[in-house]
Amino acid sequence: MSQTSHTPTAGGDYPRPSGAVQGPQRRLRLAAYPSLLAMPALLLLIAAMGYPLLTVTLRSFSDPAWGLQNYVWFFSTPVNVTVLWRTFSIAAWVTIVCVIAAYPYAYLMTAVGPRLRLVLILCVLVPFWVSGVVRTLAWVILLQDSGIINSVIRLLGFDGVKLIRTQTGVVIGMAQVLLPFMILPLYSVMRGIDLRLVQAARSLGARPARAFLQIYLPLSLPGVFAGAIIVFILSLGFYITPALLGGPRSTMLSTLVQSQVLSLLNWGRGGAMGVVLLVATFVLLALAAPLMRQRHKQAARS
Amino acid sequence: MRLAPFRILLGLFCLLVAVWLVMPTLVIIPMSFNEKKSLAFPPSGFSWQWYANFFTNPDWLSSFFNSLRVAGLVAVAATLIGTLASLGLSRMKHSGAGLLRAILITPMIVPGVVLAIGIYAVYLDYQLVGTTTGFVIAHTMLAIPFVIIAVSASLEVFDVRLETAAASLGANRFTTFRTVTMPLIAPGILSGLLFAFVTSFDEIIVALFITSPYLKTLPVQIFTSITRDADPTVTAVGTIIFIATTLIISAGLIISSKSTRS
Repeated sequence: MSQTSHTPTAGGDYPRPSGAVQGPQRRLRLAAYPSLLAMPALLLLIAAMGYPLLTVTLRSFSDPAWGLQNYVWFFSTPVNVTVLWRTFSIAAWVTIVCVIAAYPYAYLMTAVGPRLRLVLILCVLVPFWVSGVVRTLAWVILLQDSGIINSVIRLLGFDGVKLIRTQTGVVIGMAQVLLPFMILPLYSVMRGIDLRLVQAARSLGARPARAFLQIYLPLSLPGVFAGAIIVFILSLGFYITPALLGGPRSTMLSTLVQSQVLSLLNWGRGGAMGVVLLVATFVLLALAAPLMRQRHKQAARS
Repeated sequence: MRLAPFRILLGLFCLLVAVWLVMPTLVIIPMSFNEKKSLAFPPSGFSWQWYANFFTNPDWLSSFFNSLRVAGLVAVAATLIGTLASLGLSRMKHSGAGLLRAILITPMIVPGVVLAIGIYAVYLDYQLVGTTTGFVIAHTMLAIPFVIIAVSASLEVFDVRLETAAASLGANRFTTFRTVTMPLIAPGILSGLLFAFVTSFDEIIVALFITSPYLKTLPVQIFTSITRDADPTVTAVGTIIFIATTLIISAGLIISSKSTRS
């Protein structure tokens, strides 16, 4: 089989001598081989991500003149600081909502039979089957004043709630988009928890609540951390959902960046905002890196 | 083992979460048959007009084919580059591998708008705004992490000794790769290809910045039609994408279950 693929000059009849000649050459190539294979990806990354991010950073310090004036402007303008604070607070709310919704859901995924589990997994994956923009439109339909949610609330005899163009609406929409990123790491951690440990605690006289709090919860925390970090970081950079579901009182940092650059053509100020967002993301990631490293393999598998 | 009321509560709560997850996808379908040009919920009447509009309106059709073309090219490029990188990463022994992997995955976490203004700035300088090349370069960069994750996952369970065995039987590197490695990591490569396609087909933030009146992708067309007027054609497009995805995934599941059985 191998002989057919040899080149005629290598000589299928003389595999050993030709192998001996190629030997040192091959070993040399092997040493340089692995990292070379990753070079095309790295070069593309430098050209299409590194260079653009460097351009943004440079402009934030140099447009219209060299100096820190764009950053001084950013942190001394109350509106910007409010939006920056709001971006973090929305991200925190989304993360909290995701943890509360995902924890029981992921637990149920580990506790049910294979058929029901498949249904539960499908429910997590179905949101990905429709394009993200279309899904946001669906939220507009659901949340609007005459939408389904308000109809149900009125049917139950309550007053309608203002959801569209509010922060609550943005959090509901964003949390739905990000929930799978919380459920999947949680599920992969919970699947690995040995339930006999909980049984052991129960047999030693612990009440269910105590067995859960002292045994199950601590074992599942790495999954909570991994999911929470991903959800928080991704929500910091959200743009489409707040733009379509939010109003002027729920603007997030991404929208400000966009309007500085596209509407006001102010690259320096837009760049400074972008750098603030970027730095916040990487600082958070650096703080979370030790927690993430533990779970790297599970995350890669899911 | 657990108390019954607790189980019922857990079941109800998870049902609510499941409805929350699925509802936005399903609400699109009835809306697409609306007779009126409105997005108010219970839709009234029944008509195929929004589907007809999608298939006859040149704006929608051209953006759809633009997206297909860009996503197709991105899928091929990202799968090729990403698979090479994963193979390299899996063979690197020193600690640099972890760092290199982390670097190659960063496009997933860099805030979209920051990346988008950067790419827009660079593309303005190099006249790449509104070009297929520009779209393919940006989307390939965004899609590579997904390919690397998918292929790396299947390389993790791949037994390297099989390659050694093939080599000891006289196969050269390329033959080993073609006849041993490739078939075994094919599922990972295939899911990487799919992820790359979807990443590009669905990408909106960078696309909004580098688009031009001459080259719009489908998400850009959807976004502008949502923000400009309440055009129910969007719901028809959403339904078509949903049905197409369902068919592709079902086919994939059937094929994979058949191949594992045999």
